[in-house]
Amino acid sequence: MNLGKVVGTVVSTVKNEKLVGTKLQIVKQIDLEGGETGAFVVAIDAVGAGPGEVVLYASGSSARQTEITQDRPADAVIMAIVDSVEVDGSIVYNKS
Amino acid sequence: MHLARVIGTVWATAKVDSLTGKRMLVVQPLTHLLEERGTPLVAVDTVSAAPGQLVYFVKSREAAKALSPTFNPADAAIVGIVDHVTVGGESIFPKE
Amino acid sequence: MFIGRVIGEVVSTVHHDAMNGRKLLIVERLDPDGTSLDETILAVDSVQAGRGDTVLVVDEGGSAALVTGLDNPPIRTVIVGVIDSIDVEE
Repeated sequence: MNLGKVVGTVVSTVKNEKLVGTKLQIVKQIDLEGGETGAFVVAIDAVGAGPGEVVLYASGSSARQTEITQDRPADAVIMAIVDSVEVDGSIVYNKS
Repeated sequence: MHLARVIGTVWATAKVDSLTGKRMLVVQPLTHLLEERGTPLVAVDTVSAAPGQLVYFVKSREAAKALSPTFNPADAAIVGIVDHVTVGGESIFPKE
Repeated sequence: MFIGRVIGEVVSTVHHDAMNGRKLLIVERLDPDGTSLDETILAVDSVQAGRGDTVLVVDEGGSAALVTGLDNPPIRTVIVGVIDSIDVEE
């Protein structure tokens, strides 16, 4: 999984019927210092993340392994909202 | 599978149900000579690994199969703690 | 599948049950002409490959399940053959 920040939402009226009812978020990948790596994905949100939140997203066929993404054409899923991250003994991110 | 060192921990209360109670660790992938390769990622722990330990992990869809239930969106899972690494007949880890 | 050379081994005591009794080898990826691609991966052995052997490696979960005989193992990279020779037409 990778860390990312929710920076936006994608609205699509005309889409594959198997995507109907999903919430599509734009997630910018971030590194352990919180800096943007330059990569971003459009991910189906399985946990109700909000704008600006730091999340964990899974990629590839693993992304279809949630109740919300099962049997859908998904290659990225937001599967957790991050509370905090510790690296080498220091807290590098804390939500609150 | 790939070698990595555990460098941190991610806490996330809000996550998909299938990952409830699972530990998520930050790992830095390594080459066979234990040099850093690529950027850190987050992997689900299945072997009670600790920060600083040398481990190996499986990526992509097969990561989910390391967990129970297997229907989960993990795309990286730590599946072993390394005791020894030998390359070309020489011990790389632990260092002699 | 890809071609590789066995350059080392990883030993672990604490691991997922699927790894019980299995040998985990370090494989260096090769070009068909035997040149190193400077990339290594850990692969589960199924053919008693040894250090220095040129091997055939499959990197796909369904195939790994077949080779290991396990139902849904968390394994995707398996050595499935020791290569005797490779012919490449120019």
